[in-house]
Amino acid sequence: MHYDASSCNGCDIEVLACLTPVYDVERFGVINTGDPKQADIFLITGAVNDQNKEVVKQLYDQMPEPKVVVAVGVCACSGGVFKDCYNILGGVDKVIPVDVYVPGCAARPESIIDGVVKGLDILEKKRLKLREGGGKR
Amino acid sequence: MSEWIWIAMCILFVVVGPLVGCVLAGIDRKISARMQNRVGPPLLQPLYDVKKFMAKEQITPNKVQDFYVMVFLLFTIVTGAIFFAGMDLLLVIFSLTLAETFLVLAAYSSGSVYSQIGAQRELYVAMAFEPIILIMAICYYMHTGSFSVSDIVENGSMSVVPLLGVFIAFIFGLTMKLRKSPFDLSLSHHAHQDIVRGMATEFSGRTYASLEVAHWYESVMLLGMVALFFADGTWVGAVVGIVVALLAWVLEIWIDNGFARMTWQTALKSGWIVGLVLGVGNVAVLLLI
Repeated sequence: MHYDASSCNGCDIEVLACLTPVYDVERFGVINTGDPKQADIFLITGAVNDQNKEVVKQLYDQMPEPKVVVAVGVCACSGGVFKDCYNILGGVDKVIPVDVYVPGCAARPESIIDGVVKGLDILEKKRLKLREGGGKR
Repeated sequence: MSEWIWIAMCILFVVVGPLVGCVLAGIDRKISARMQNRVGPPLLQPLYDVKKFMAKEQITPNKVQDFYVMVFLLFTIVTGAIFFAGMDLLLVIFSLTLAETFLVLAAYSSGSVYSQIGAQRELYVAMAFEPIILIMAICYYMHTGSFSVSDIVENGSMSVVPLLGVFIAFIFGLTMKLRKSPFDLSLSHHAHQDIVRGMATEFSGRTYASLEVAHWYESVMLLGMVALFFADGTWVGAVVGIVVALLAWVLEIWIDNGFARMTWQTALKSGWIVGLVLGVGNVAVLLLI
């Protein structure tokens, strides 16, 4: 499970807080990996700009199916206060399909964990769908 | 009679080995979490992970990589089977090295710089570890007059007393072989990673799952080697061996959480110094007695 950033680092710190003893997201078996090939959930913070657009796309493409994208923070959801900047695309969903939106500036660790757990449900549904699709072939 | 016990042990390893290894990996994650003041994942989380990876899409840079990883898994099982069947210890060591070679080849076969650096580091760690187990085999031969695991067990006394130096060196090398923290430079299991996932960077889906299963087999086999030091052919020896092996596992988890990653130079130097001083020292002591 995975995470990438292009934000003001406010949400990034909250994402890291999820891994600390206080919130301990590993209770749900979730670990933060740097390898997209072994990841299920693409946690992404910040409103994507023209420079890292390609990076986000590439990371998304490298993740094997089934996969879920969770946009963390208001910037990742819609662009937030940076929406009108000339270099900002305004949200992750302008580049890749997003499954879960976690609002907030910065998003609270509780809501991030909630978003990830919602993402796990979507992941399970996608997995079953993928298996049915594979069976038909 | 005793032949049947060895065959049963061998079959038991192939069938039950991965389950034991899985629980060991779960205990590892649980104890690590508790050491960091966290609750930690469920005990069987490694099993859930492997099940999940089996169901995932397979993205592979080339076909040969999956083949190499499968051969790594196969030879890891073969190594353990040879060991638990009470056969030649030298064959176990060579088979272990062969399995290792295939894992390194798998990592080298992809174009990713991360997996290539991981493969290079794995070779350095192997260079640090191999002398220790070779000297271990020599010491067993000098003590019992045989390389055969069954002869070593039926020797009648615990080998750990005359082989104490080698035992300590082996415990030191275990950290390298299990890829625990001071020497996890090629492939780390926990969140602390520096070259993405090292050798496993390009592994996904079923390939990654088989790598995990191979690690379970490997852990059980290495702990079996720890227990061999205490085996004296009786139930007492077996129980003491298993208890010490489990203690060694907890010790490895403690070391893993207590140390930062070291460079390959440190790994190589410390491996050779510990291996040569304790190992060769042990050989000298055996020669003198």
